[in-house]
Amino acid sequence: MLGLNSHDLKMFIVIAILTLAAPILLNPFPDASALGESFNAGYPALMQRFVIFGILVIGFNLLFGLTGYLSFGHAAFLGIGSYAAVWMFKLLSYNIVPAILLSVIVAGLVSVVIGYVSLRRSGIYFSILTLAFAQMMYAIAYSDLLGRMFGITVTNGETGLQVYNDDPQILMSAGDPTVPHLFGITMNGSSTWNVGGWSFIFQNGYYLSAIFMIAAFYLSIRIFRSPFGLMLRAIKSNQTRMHYTGLNTKPYMLAAFVISGMYAGLAGGLLSAMDPLTGAERMFWTASGEIVVMSILGGVGTLIGPVLGAGLIKYLENIVSKINDGILHNWFAFMPDWLDNLLVTIIHPFIGKGWHLTLGLLFMAVVIFLPGGLVEGGQRIGRLFRRKKSTDAANGATKPAE
Amino acid sequence: MGILEVKGINKRFGGLQALGDVNLSVQENTVHAIIGPNGAGKSTLLNVLVGKLIPDSGSVMFDGKSVLGLKPFEITQMGISRVFQTPEIFINLTVMENVLIPCFAKRDGAYRLHALESFASEKDMIEQAEKMLEEVNMLDKRHMIASSMSRGDKRRLEMAMCLVQEPRLLLLDEPTAGMARADTENTIQLLKDIRTQRGITMAIIEHDMNVVFSLADRITVLAQGMPLVEDTPDKIKNHPKVREAYLGEAQV
Ligand SMILES: Nc1ncnc2c1ncn2[C@@H]1O[C@H](COP(=O)(O)OP(=O)(O)OP(=O)(O)O)[C@@H](O)[C@H]1O
Ligand SMILES: [Mg+2]
Repeated sequence: MLGLNSHDLKMFIVIAILTLAAPILLNPFPDASALGESFNAGYPALMQRFVIFGILVIGFNLLFGLTGYLSFGHAAFLGIGSYAAVWMFKLLSYNIVPAILLSVIVAGLVSVVIGYVSLRRSGIYFSILTLAFAQMMYAIAYSDLLGRMFGITVTNGETGLQVYNDDPQILMSAGDPTVPHLFGITMNGSSTWNVGGWSFIFQNGYYLSAIFMIAAFYLSIRIFRSPFGLMLRAIKSNQTRMHYTGLNTKPYMLAAFVISGMYAGLAGGLLSAMDPLTGAERMFWTASGEIVVMSILGGVGTLIGPVLGAGLIKYLENIVSKINDGILHNWFAFMPDWLDNLLVTIIHPFIGKGWHLTLGLLFMAVVIFLPGGLVEGGQRIGRLFRRKKSTDAANGATKPAE
Repeated sequence: MGILEVKGINKRFGGLQALGDVNLSVQENTVHAIIGPNGAGKSTLLNVLVGKLIPDSGSVMFDGKSVLGLKPFEITQMGISRVFQTPEIFINLTVMENVLIPCFAKRDGAYRLHALESFASEKDMIEQAEKMLEEVNMLDKRHMIASSMSRGDKRRLEMAMCLVQEPRLLLLDEPTAGMARADTENTIQLLKDIRTQRGITMAIIEHDMNVVFSLADRITVLAQGMPLVEDTPDKIKNHPKVREAYLGEAQV
């Protein structure tokens, strides 16, 4: 069905259902409870980030996971997509269709140029080239170099780009919403379902992004299983043999790079559609690094890994950076005071603003103990279970990573 | 005129003359062996033929067309395939995928991406790959990951990957090195079959004289980058210069 084999189809359906039911699944605790306040993730602003960064990392994985070329400047395409979308809001109207189309197209065009140049090198040199390009674009955006050259505003420098009342918005008619919308359906509009202590929020913007992510995921499965995907994996596996296989690897690599850039552009466009303003920091190298970390954490070269990695990091970022000493004291209230204080002192550097410290430790732990990322972790647990269930199943035939 | 005409090739690596005025003429539908002691320049010569190295001077004509300056993939598309001294295969892919890749490469050339079809449903490609694996006796291993195979199997796999491209000239760099006796015999038989059934011309580098003498129609002996003699196997066996430079050494 859908041109997928039964295994992929199952995985796709599971992801689709989880994504669509996320507003409920991610709110397991009553809203007012202490657990709910700390650990619930089922609110729109956060869920949007799950799926949008999911798209970004799925696309990144099409390049890094399949070809092994590590782009260290992928956030540039995210930023470009965001700027392109905001410009569409400023010039045309708040309808997100032209905004998202343009963000994908512009990111695609820029990635043709950056890809063409960077792909002349491989390995670390490729990574450095992409990083250099991204930092250049960050610098251009941050100082609005382009704008100053022509005496106009392009990125609006450090202030960031946003929509003003006196912007042209030539396609805007009187009754149109003044926030991003899809033919009248506003992105920030939502309906709420109250049951018991829970209230589940179903937001239009989240569902739009979720549908894009499901489509992006579907497309990536198709690409993984296609002859094109096979060629990309072959390039990763052995370039020398590839050269003597009569196949020009350049167009294949460039296509992978551009597709991956367009995914990032789409993610950028969606970020702007959720919140119509953007700044240069979206292109900063730490943002690119975060994409790399997400994909390694999830499981490079696996289909589902990037989605897991993006989700986990955005979730942890959210809860860990929200926790403060007060919350910790609450948790440890049952302990003797000295132990409570000691624990809080130890944990203090890792919470709130110290979130990156936690992320660093987590990343190290995964790379050292689970080089295959969360997917490998899942496989190990799965194998444990299977062994427990049937000790006679001596067939050690492990499936290659998904 | 041979299918491959190599004239006056010189190649220096710094102070080392790796190839000095090498001529080689390989006739269509023959097996031409290149032998010589270690470091004689045999692999270097192959590297020149496939476009990996550019010689300092000389010419290489394949089927009447010059291949110098062409990229390896373009030379492969002209019909030259190469089996390497250390097998170059896709070690983390399955045996089947290894053979499928050259099938797709041959069909799609350089610019057709086929990004959305599923490669598992490309019946004729799968069939072609399976037939090839059958021929080299590896069909039962098609789901194995290539890295988990023995060295002999890796070589046979690489040979299958080259053959499935239907080359007109097959270059083999020590195809039986590291193989067990039985595997070597199988490989000799395989190469004989390839020649009679497919009519593929072969240039083969080999240290195992048993292999050389059971396959070759002509032999070129290289020593220190210089072509020593070129003749039929019988003549080479008894050539005093060759015995001195190479065979004598091998018989110790
Ligand atoms: N890329 C290179 N750079 C520098 N020197 C090289 C290079 N390739 C080969 N050589 C040198 O050229 C000489 C010939 O090497 P080559 O690999 O062609 O020998 P060979 O006949 O294939 O030997 P063997 O039987 O050991 O495979 C050797 O001395 C080698 O060290
Ligand atoms: Mg050699």
